Parts: sequence; C-alpha cells; structure tokens
Amino acid sequence: MSKRIDVSDLDVYYGDFLAVEGVTMAIEARQATALIGPSGCGKSTFLRTLNRMHEVIPGARVTGKALMDGQDLYGSDVDPVTVRRQIGMVFQRPNPFPTMSIADNVLAGVRLNNRRMSKGEQQDLVEQSLRGANLWNEVKDRLERPGSSLSGGQQQRLCIARAIAVKPQVLLMDEPCSALDPISTLAIEDLIAELKSDYTIVIVTHNMQQAARVSDRTAFFNIAGTGKPGKLIEMDDTATMFSSPREQATEDYISGRFG
Amino acid sequence: MALTTTPRRSGTSPDGEQVDAGAAVRAASTGRVGSRVFAGLSTGAGVLILLTLAAVAVFLVIRAWPALTASSEELGDISWFNGDSVAEYVGPLIFGTLLASVLALLIAVPVSVGIALFISHYAPRRLAQSLGYLIDLLAAIPSVVYGLWGALWLLGVVDPFFEWLSGALGFIPLFADYQAPAKNILSASIVLAVMILPIITAVSREVFLQTPRLHEEASLALGATRWEMVRQAVLPFGRSGVISASMLGLGRALGETMAVLMVISPGFLYSFHLLQPGQHQTIAANIASKFPEASGLSVSALIATGLALFVITFAVNFVARWIIARRAEFSGAN
Repeated sequence: MSKRIDVSDLDVYYGDFLAVEGVTMAIEARQATALIGPSGCGKSTFLRTLNRMHEVIPGARVTGKALMDGQDLYGSDVDPVTVRRQIGMVFQRPNPFPTMSIADNVLAGVRLNNRRMSKGEQQDLVEQSLRGANLWNEVKDRLERPGSSLSGGQQQRLCIARAIAVKPQVLLMDEPCSALDPISTLAIEDLIAELKSDYTIVIVTHNMQQAARVSDRTAFFNIAGTGKPGKLIEMDDTATMFSSPREQATEDYISGRFG
Repeated sequence: MALTTTPRRSGTSPDGEQVDAGAAVRAASTGRVGSRVFAGLSTGAGVLILLTLAAVAVFLVIRAWPALTASSEELGDISWFNGDSVAEYVGPLIFGTLLASVLALLIAVPVSVGIALFISHYAPRRLAQSLGYLIDLLAAIPSVVYGLWGALWLLGVVDPFFEWLSGALGFIPLFADYQAPAKNILSASIVLAVMILPIITAVSREVFLQTPRLHEEASLALGATRWEMVRQAVLPFGRSGVISASMLGLGRALGETMAVLMVISPGFLYSFHLLQPGQHQTIAANIASKFPEASGLSVSALIATGLALFVITFAVNFVARWIIARRAEFSGAN
C-alpha cells in the first residue's frame, strides 16, 4: 500500500514565471522524506505538483517527469482526479469540512469514490481511520458532532484520518504542524512515525528539529533571490544532512545562519 | 503595585510631564466624543428602523380596524366584496399570493443557484464578470416593464407549452384543463421568477465565492471532480446564504404588484388549477386594482388585506431565520 516516486528534471511554472527549476529526486516507499528550506523556495509548490494539486491555480503547469512506481503522473491519459485519490494530502491549516460531522469528515473521500458501503463497514472504517490518526479515544463518544468543534490539533489529526481513510499510496503533508501548539505537534510527529510503516510520506516543514525527528531523508531547497526559481540544493539521509551536509548553503541554513 | 499604578492627573506632576498628561487626556476625550457620536448615530439608525416598522404596523392596524370590526351587512355593501368577513375575503388572496410566490421560488432558485455556480466556479473570469453585470441589470428593470413583457410576449410564448403540459400531464389536477390565453397563475409565477432571479443569483454568487479555498482544496485533494467539490464544499457552505437569498426573493415576490396585475386574470378561489385563468389573485395586485375606486370602508378592507401581507412577510422571514439558525453549528461560520 505504498509506492515510490521518482522525479526528474521537474520545472514548475505559474504562467510564464518559473517557480521551481530542475528538481530530480527519488522518494522512497515507506519512508518519511522531509522538504526543508527558507520561505518562498518552492518546497510547498513542489509538494503540490506531486499530487497535481498545483494545477488548481489557473496558469500553473509543469514540465519534466514524475513517476509513481513507473507510472507517469503527468501522462496525457492520466486524470488528475485519479492521481489525487492515490496521493493524499494534509494541509498547513486544519481544514475539516465544517458542515459535516466528525464521522462524515472521515468518510468524505470514500464517498467520492461512489463505493456503496453498509453502515457497519462505514463504522469500521471510521474507527480504523481515527485509530490510525490517534484520535479515536478522544472523539469516539461524539462522532456526530461537527468537525469544527475539535481543537486545532485534533482537527489536523481528523484531516489525517480523512486522508488515510481512502488508503492512499502516498501521503503529502504541507507544514502540518505550523498552526499547532507543541503538544499537538508532538502528537502529529508520533503519528508520522507510525504512519510511515504503511505509507510513503513527504512532509514540508519549517522546523528543522521536526525534520530531524520524523524523517529518514531530507531535501534542502533554496532560492537565489526574489524572482529567481527555487532549486533543490541537496538531498541525503537525514542524519547525514544534519551532521555533514555537502553544500555550504545547506550547512548555513541548518545551523541557523540564514533563512 | 497599587500605588505606582494610581492614575496621574495633569497638574499633580511636578515637571514637564504635566503637558504630556494633558495632551493624552485631550486625545482620549476627543476619541471618546467621536465614539459617543458614532454610537449615538448607529443606535439612532437602529431605533429608526424599529420606529418605521412600528409606525407601519400601527397605521395598518388603525386603518384596518373599521373593516375588521364591521358587520357582514356593511361589508356586503362593497360592490366587489365576497365573503362574510375580512378573514373570509382575504383567505383566497393569501392563498394566491403564497402560491404564486412559492411557484416563482421553485422556478427561480434552481436556475439562480445554477447561474451563481457557473459564475463563481465554472466560467472563465471574463465571461463570469460580464454575465454578473448582465444579471444585475435584470434587477434594474422596472416591474411594470416586466408586466408588459409578460402580458404581451410571454403569454404567447408559453401557450403551446401549456397546451402540451395540460395534454401530457393533465391527469394531475395541477395541470388539468388549460384554457388559452395563458392568463393564469403559472404565467404570473414565471414573470415573478424572472424578477427575483437577479437578487437570488447575486447573493448566492457572493456566498459561493466566499467558500474558503482551504475547504475546496481539501475536497480536491481527496480526489473530487469539480462537481463533487462543489457538492462537498461549496453548496453546504453556501446553504444558509442561498436560503437567505431565496427569502429576499420571496419577499419581493410576495409584494410584487404590477407584474402580477398585468398578467393574471383574477379570481378568488382556493384552487390548484395552475393553468386556468380566473382562479387566483395576489394581495398586492388586488389592492392596486381596487384602490383607485375605493372609499370609506372599502379602503379599510383593502388595508386589512395589506396587514395580512405584512404579517405573512414577517412570518416568512422568521421561518427563514429559524431554518438558518437550526444548523448554525454546522455552518462555515465557526
């Protein structure tokens, strides 16, 4: 239930503006890959190209290749909707559907697939997904309450439950903890450690300790200046990146000298 | 602590601080005057609304009173009066008003929501903008023009359609026995629907545009198609807004006079024959048609029907508020 992604020579454009240039990267299955770098370096933009979410913005496009287990994500016969059903995403700010109950939020993705499920199956899936997101014990007595009645950290775990309920191959996380307090952050980090035994995880983070704690591999993005495209500077095992990076820029960034 | 934070008055300070303290007090007091003036103005505006409303209600009750208390013989002297009391007279009118308005809503709301969604989520930006202007323009057409349009053009156009409807679905009493010309309540409702379309579309469009991007993206990231995203994120979020918009439209339809007056051939029946003339009349159109020749008690009787319309409009708004409040917890507001 998890696949690897190989990206080669990927350029990302917003209209004529080249936002990210020439990314080549291998994202291993069943590992957590962290994308770090200063603001505006294109790491979130790059992340959104992996499930074709970035096409939602008018004028945004991509050249280059992105293969998931050899299948071209940008093939002419590939529907972005299918890609997104296989590659789930968790956003920076928790975004459960405010008009749905907690249980309905978890089932939102499954219902899209038009799969008919019995009540029992639905309940099982809700429980299983909420357990997978370490939220079950906190919400099991109030599954019919609105999703917006939860705290920020709980909402974010609800979003993770919603994403894993459709059993994706890959889980993308765009700064999932940046709107959360330290305790909720810890809960999510613990969850990532558990999830990576089942899913391929790519996480964008501004917090370098977080990258060091949760990821197996780390990629460092940087930008030469405003209006210039963001680039992948280097990528390596997390331990190596944080102890002996090859590039000076990486060392400057992780030691806090800029960014 | 208490000692050090005691407020210092200007004049008690031994040195140059006296000036600063004075300036601070002055600044604070002009600010206070400003906010007091503003508070007064906004309270006044709020009170004014209530007063106006109360004045209208009081006027209606006072002027309607003679008719409400009149005997059936007195009322029977009015040439056009049918029934033994005002309540009996106004009953079919209320029925006709509600029927025409509800039919208009049934036609207008789906179309409006469709247009609003097209403008907010499907159309290319430039087309969306010009379409938006065009819809707003519809709202600027005077209702008497709508009436002319309805009476002189629409009646002819819907005639074959009604003919067909009555033939194909005539076994349903609603559509039985169509009689040309189409001066029936369904034609009036179509005109009303076109009239309330702009307001419902404009408000719905604004609400749909306010759907948080976060929720739209949440839906798309789960693998929703555009329509599924609209159903999952946009429509639930806009639900209360669409209800409010519909109520605004309903309010306009309930009170609309000219368009109905010019299209419908009036009647005073509790009838569900939508395709027959001489079955229905609305309160507003009835007042407009009878008022020029009314005097004395008959004016009073007409005003009593106006009071009924006032109460209905109020009730409709309360029900709408209640519908919206019932699911406030699940709305996008929190």
